[in-house]
Amino acid sequence: MALFSGLSDRINHVFSKLKSRGSLTELEIKQAMREVRIALLEADVNVNVAKDFIKKVSEKAVGEDVLKGLNPAQQVIKIVNDELTELMGSSQSKLVVSSKLPTVIMMCGLQGAGKTTMCGKLGLYLKKQGKKPLLVACDIYRPAAIKQLQIVSQKAGVGFFEMGQKNPAKTAKQSIDFARQNGFDTIIIDTAGRLHINRELMDELKEVKEAVGTDEILLTVDSMTGQDAVTVAEAFDKELDITGVIMTKLDGDTRGGATLSIKAVTGKPIKFCGTGEKLEDIEVFHPDRMAGRILGMGDVLSLIDKAQQAVSQEDAAKLAKKLKDQSFDLNDYLAQFENLKKMGDLKDIVGMLPGAGKLKISEKDIDEKEILRFKAIIQSMTPRERSDCRILNYTRKKRIAAGSGTTVQEVNKLVKQFEQTKELMKRFGNGKRGMKLPF
Amino acid sequence: MGFFKKIIEGLKKTQQNIGFKLKQLFKVGVFDDDFFDDLESVLLSSDIGASASMDIVDELRDRLEEEKVSDPDGAMGILKEILVEKLSADKFEVTSPAVVMVVGVNGVGKTTTIGKLANQFKKQGKSVVIAAADTFRAAASEQLEVWAERANVRIVKHQEGSDPAAVVFDAISSAKSKKTDVVLIDTAGRLHNKVNLMEELKKINRVISREYPEAQRKNLIVLDATTGQNALAQVEIFNEAVNIDSIALTKLDGTAKGGVVIAIKEKFGIPIDFVGVGEGIDDLMPFDAESFVEGIL
Repeated sequence: MALFSGLSDRINHVFSKLKSRGSLTELEIKQAMREVRIALLEADVNVNVAKDFIKKVSEKAVGEDVLKGLNPAQQVIKIVNDELTELMGSSQSKLVVSSKLPTVIMMCGLQGAGKTTMCGKLGLYLKKQGKKPLLVACDIYRPAAIKQLQIVSQKAGVGFFEMGQKNPAKTAKQSIDFARQNGFDTIIIDTAGRLHINRELMDELKEVKEAVGTDEILLTVDSMTGQDAVTVAEAFDKELDITGVIMTKLDGDTRGGATLSIKAVTGKPIKFCGTGEKLEDIEVFHPDRMAGRILGMGDVLSLIDKAQQAVSQEDAAKLAKKLKDQSFDLNDYLAQFENLKKMGDLKDIVGMLPGAGKLKISEKDIDEKEILRFKAIIQSMTPRERSDCRILNYTRKKRIAAGSGTTVQEVNKLVKQFEQTKELMKRFGNGKRGMKLPF
Repeated sequence: MGFFKKIIEGLKKTQQNIGFKLKQLFKVGVFDDDFFDDLESVLLSSDIGASASMDIVDELRDRLEEEKVSDPDGAMGILKEILVEKLSADKFEVTSPAVVMVVGVNGVGKTTTIGKLANQFKKQGKSVVIAAADTFRAAASEQLEVWAERANVRIVKHQEGSDPAAVVFDAISSAKSKKTDVVLIDTAGRLHNKVNLMEELKKINRVISREYPEAQRKNLIVLDATTGQNALAQVEIFNEAVNIDSIALTKLDGTAKGGVVIAIKEKFGIPIDFVGVGEGIDDLMPFDAESFVEGIL
């Protein structure tokens, strides 16, 4: 399941409402953006972040590019996606490795964000990278937290260090000596969950930071967090100058708007995400992939790119007009086949379509050889026959079949399919983002 | 310290608290589109959610017009009324014998809530046994043991990784033989979209119904106040699996407002009965709609 499928469904829905009439009006964009805003809010994107986002997208959408464009709905999708990608950041970020061993990583966050489990996951991850991590228990408040970390470290097969309920800064400092003596090259400090407004406990984190000279301070955030994510992230960042964020519980059905908000507000990179209950369930966070997933349009964007390259905008405009005038004929159908070939493998293209399932276009319906036959059939028709297939009687069909090396049945099949396509395209033209597709 | 005070204190700590913003808004006393837009933003930022926020704004708009209210205080009063109305419900009460099963996703504070609940029942003069049916998370039963000690109640536990339903079975047998008033069941945190884990929960639920049909049943879901709209999905799916009767909203001592419970109450009719406002054993309060609304506004 796509992590952000909820959000993408909404945005998909929004764009299915957009009418493609060659150009989008300001009013239409406004309506679309209202829906996008609701979708973002339902996905828990922060109110202000959503507001800024909508403003940016609207400005770009109402601008020249779109209004002069020939396929505005597609371009709006592109703008929304581009902005989302920009907001998420484009490159993945790696953990810092200190030149002076050991590298010190401190985890922090609210209660229940999943810090202790994440310590184990990160430990196992680093171990697999050839590191020798040591987990250090500095949560001296939650009952059995130390014990939990100990069990987790055993499961991960990494080192464990504790000094009971002693002052966390002291424990952390001692752990460095312990690491050096015992050949551990990376220290992962588990700290108690705390509220960002708890002065005393925030100071405690600062003490730990100063005592050991952290290389990484990673804020662990539950990806189901709502509007408060921004407040929390800002507070931790202000106090500790965090180096990155880890999103946990991304395996749930959360739409994960918090991810967007935190990135937008703190500017700090999201480095990892937790995607399950097992210790192996940790992934490097790929912001670029994430943005694509938010739109959930699969690879519809690359399809748009491909389509834009293959079909000249002029052709697209003509086609749009024909659809509107209902004068779409077999000549155009043939032209669409040609365009499709330019776009690449047909099966790939169908796979890229988000609504493909709903439109009942499955892979088995598309046979490349059949398309070649269809082309031959159309090419065996007279111009008059191509522009009006109603005149096709049995004699004509027989001639066409002979000319194209097919049978009358196949000619009939093509005509029937053409009629269906015309119907489908009418619907496409009225709704589905104005994608002009010939099947 | 009372619930109200705690929340107010939490608010004070927030630099840009929305209550302040809202009061400024009402003070202006011009109830135009801009006002309603701003009000909507305020509601949204407390996690009430897009559709519920819009409903509330529409309702306020209608009522201001109907009742011809134009003064700031009157308008604020109506807004509060609308919100309180949406939240009010009967009081949470258990009759002996009772089984309270506590469910929720990972990290919301189930174990802590159980410790606090045990303490509350104990204070009401009820005897309590805790079933440590979270056999999955490392050291979960140790954590619960500490709470059981603090509340001075019995606990039934098995080894890590054992069958949670068996723990529940034992706890029920123990309660029956010792005539214990309340069985409190801690379950492992599970993301609601994990089918197997939800099946496990159903199994526990069946065991309780089968073994202890005479007991009053309460299934309580713990929600983290910092959770956003996903809380709706959590309630929906847990409710489908085991029928949820009650909500405890935890971590309200932070800056999160937990407004999503308004949307939840609207959609599922499940009342919020408890709020968690700290880590101390007494930091679990009965829910009070009016104080909660004060906290949001």
